Amino acid sequence: MEDNIVLKMRNIHKIFPGVRALQGVDFTLRKGEIHALMGENGAGKSTLIKVLTGVYGKEEGEIFLEGKEGAVMIHSPQDAQKMGISTVYQEITLCPNLSVAENMFIGRTDNVVQNWKKMNTDTEKILQSLDIPAKPTQQLESCSIAVQQMIAIARAVDMECKVLILDEPTSSLDEQEVAKLFKLMRDLRSRGVGIIFVTHFLDQVYEVCDRITVMRDGKLVGEYPIKDLPRVQLVSKMLGKELDDLSDIKGNQQAFKKDADAVPVFEAQGLVSDAGIKPFDFHIDKGEVNGFTGLLGSGRSECVRSIFGADRVMGGTVKMKGKSVKISKPLDAMKNGIAYLPEDRKMDGIVGDLSVRDNIILAQQVLKGFFKPFSKAEANKVADEYIKLLNIKTASKDTPIKSLSGGNQQKVILARWLFTHPEYLILDEPTRGIDVGTKVDIQKLVLKLASEGMSVTFISSELDEMLRTCSRLVVMRDRKVVGELTGQDLNQTTVMSTIAGGDK
Amino acid sequence: MGKSETVKANNSNFLMKLVKNQCFIPLAALLLLALINLVADPAFFKISLGYNAAGNPVLSGFLITILDSGSELAILAIGMTLVTAASGGQDISVGAAIAIAGSVLLRVLCGDNSRPETLQAPIIVAFLVSCVVAMLFGAFNGVLVAYFKIQPMIATLILFTAGRSIAAWINNNELPVISDPSFKYYGEFIPGIPIPTPVFIAVACIIIIGIVLKVTNLRIYTQAVGINQSSSRLNGLNPALIKVLAFVILGLCVAVVGLIKVSRISSINYSVIAKDIEMDAILAVALGGNALSGGKFNMTASIIGAYVIQFLTTTLYKFQVQSDALPAYKAVVVIVLVIVSAPTVREYFSSLTKKMKLSKEVA
Repeated sequence: MEDNIVLKMRNIHKIFPGVRALQGVDFTLRKGEIHALMGENGAGKSTLIKVLTGVYGKEEGEIFLEGKEGAVMIHSPQDAQKMGISTVYQEITLCPNLSVAENMFIGRTDNVVQNWKKMNTDTEKILQSLDIPAKPTQQLESCSIAVQQMIAIARAVDMECKVLILDEPTSSLDEQEVAKLFKLMRDLRSRGVGIIFVTHFLDQVYEVCDRITVMRDGKLVGEYPIKDLPRVQLVSKMLGKELDDLSDIKGNQQAFKKDADAVPVFEAQGLVSDAGIKPFDFHIDKGEVNGFTGLLGSGRSECVRSIFGADRVMGGTVKMKGKSVKISKPLDAMKNGIAYLPEDRKMDGIVGDLSVRDNIILAQQVLKGFFKPFSKAEANKVADEYIKLLNIKTASKDTPIKSLSGGNQQKVILARWLFTHPEYLILDEPTRGIDVGTKVDIQKLVLKLASEGMSVTFISSELDEMLRTCSRLVVMRDRKVVGELTGQDLNQTTVMSTIAGGDK
Repeated sequence: MGKSETVKANNSNFLMKLVKNQCFIPLAALLLLALINLVADPAFFKISLGYNAAGNPVLSGFLITILDSGSELAILAIGMTLVTAASGGQDISVGAAIAIAGSVLLRVLCGDNSRPETLQAPIIVAFLVSCVVAMLFGAFNGVLVAYFKIQPMIATLILFTAGRSIAAWINNNELPVISDPSFKYYGEFIPGIPIPTPVFIAVACIIIIGIVLKVTNLRIYTQAVGINQSSSRLNGLNPALIKVLAFVILGLCVAVVGLIKVSRISSINYSVIAKDIEMDAILAVALGGNALSGGKFNMTASIIGAYVIQFLTTTLYKFQVQSDALPAYKAVVVIVLVIVSAPTVREYFSSLTKKMKLSKEVA
């Protein structure tokens, strides 16, 4: 093998029932480089990673590693780990019911006896060196998603690895945490580790990466040094078309004008749930798009969850179109025309083993009632309609939703709620872990729905996304509403300073 | 040549579909058992018309025995499938609950006297009372599982332990005997009809659950709750309620089986009635290829699974296996069946056939 190449994948093929997930993909990783793997949903990035790490077998192709004669066979994640390939996946794959230290060291020793004390102190050291706010003995479940993600990264980093794979590691981290992670990545690069970085954040790619490999529809598009590939070109290569969508969407947005005497579609006063947020007031008008913004953990999700009755509501009054209603569980909210796309797609969104069709009709089916099932023909018709409408990529409507890519799963959940024809749609991080194309699709859809009279609350950790879509932003800090921005104030600087607070 | 190839491809497609169907393994097992019997002794399939002690025409033969004795298991498999799907666990108190249901039934029929000359209440009333009691015990299990989040096997262990003594207590520890011949109709034969009544009862139950699954959302609700509780809740479902519902339905199945069991002997033996039947019911669900951890289910496969177990038991009896040795033989067959129908094994085989196909294409 040539010098300074740590990993070479050649002509990789992978077939899933009904889908050719990878078709002859090549990938090369050099020593001490951060290599971005880019592509839309279903482009095959995650599949390629899983083939490399032995989670999936491959139908065809060869993998070469530095220091190993000939092609290596990787049969399991353990194999991969032994050969120096460590991974941090998009979805956290640690054990939530074990302690932080146990998660750091699980499966890494062949010893029968475990020195718990040493394990805990070692973990403490690693956590400190990476500035992760967690205790070794703490149960992983009790950490926030961001911290769990960082622990997963710490675990991977701590293992002697030549190839480090980061699959969407930043999607649940806030900016400070991302900066910390990047520092770490640069550190590792200077030590000669090859890093594969899968992400949807273009900014981040251009901030840390040296090289980009672009994939589309399971095929390799090309490999480029970062300086030879300007952003616009990268995006157009990923989408397979010239990109004018981003500028389009900006032009479309108009300031939201409210009828002077119209009653808000939804209005809450002093609403508070058991999830630890301070009581807050909130309203949304017909056809308005607004959003909750704030740092991770500021309570934006908890606010919308209390609106939907997803957490236990402890107090406050709620009015729908001026009429007082009681929402104590999700079904109450649904009956009042509220729909909620939850933040955690895997845990709260999809019903994994059920088909795409059943996932689409589920909410409306529940609304319709126990004794009024949709006929098979009706369900199929609805599924077909929404698969087409939202351009959901699936082998068929009978495919279990869990075998779809993240973005397509999200579209199915979106379809589920659109099918209930809500008056008020809450989207909590609908674009998390989703490719650029789908992101734009979703933002466009939100604006279209609003123009048709639907009220939408949109939450995203990407500020520019929110600025692009929302006409009013509710800013949160430390589980409290600290401000509301409209019109002229809707710009990056004002929002940031409101989030940060006046005293900083 | 091209034509024959497409025919072949179609055939292999059809075969693949058949193999992939969840009913394939239990059906294949049924077929295999039938084949073994056919080779060993074709007389196994002989059905003859005779007259029983009461002078009624009755059909007899091993097949009739299987259909007759398999009824209870098939009915229980229905409830057990739902409980498994919704709660991701199993109810092991079924046998004890049958003892309770049967005991209640007899108590209502007998009144204070344990050997009455005439029935003290109409059978239908007694049956309805036992249904209510069995469903209440089902709800008890369900509440423990759904609201107190106790693992199903532990929750139902309570009734498993206490059930038979409760049953004995209901009748003051006496063994009531019903002399009215009409009570025997439910477990044996209705005069003039040569097919055992339990067969009809089982068929009725199967048809009813078929209709229920068709006209209600029981299937999608239980599946959704079994697969992802949190997401089901956010879709407006009440997971706890649905789990309790599954246990209550199983309670109803238990009452029906209780009627058959008690009617067969016109009496009850608290410690023996429906002994170990819960294990067979769970097995029926597993043989049907349903995940015992809950989620998606196939009712038909479970019911076929129940008859496979009965077929096996009867076959072993036919080969004059000692009744003490029976469980051991059964265990061997069951291990094979369960392994073959395990998802991992099925996946392995499907990837194997795919590879064979690929290599064929290359060749």
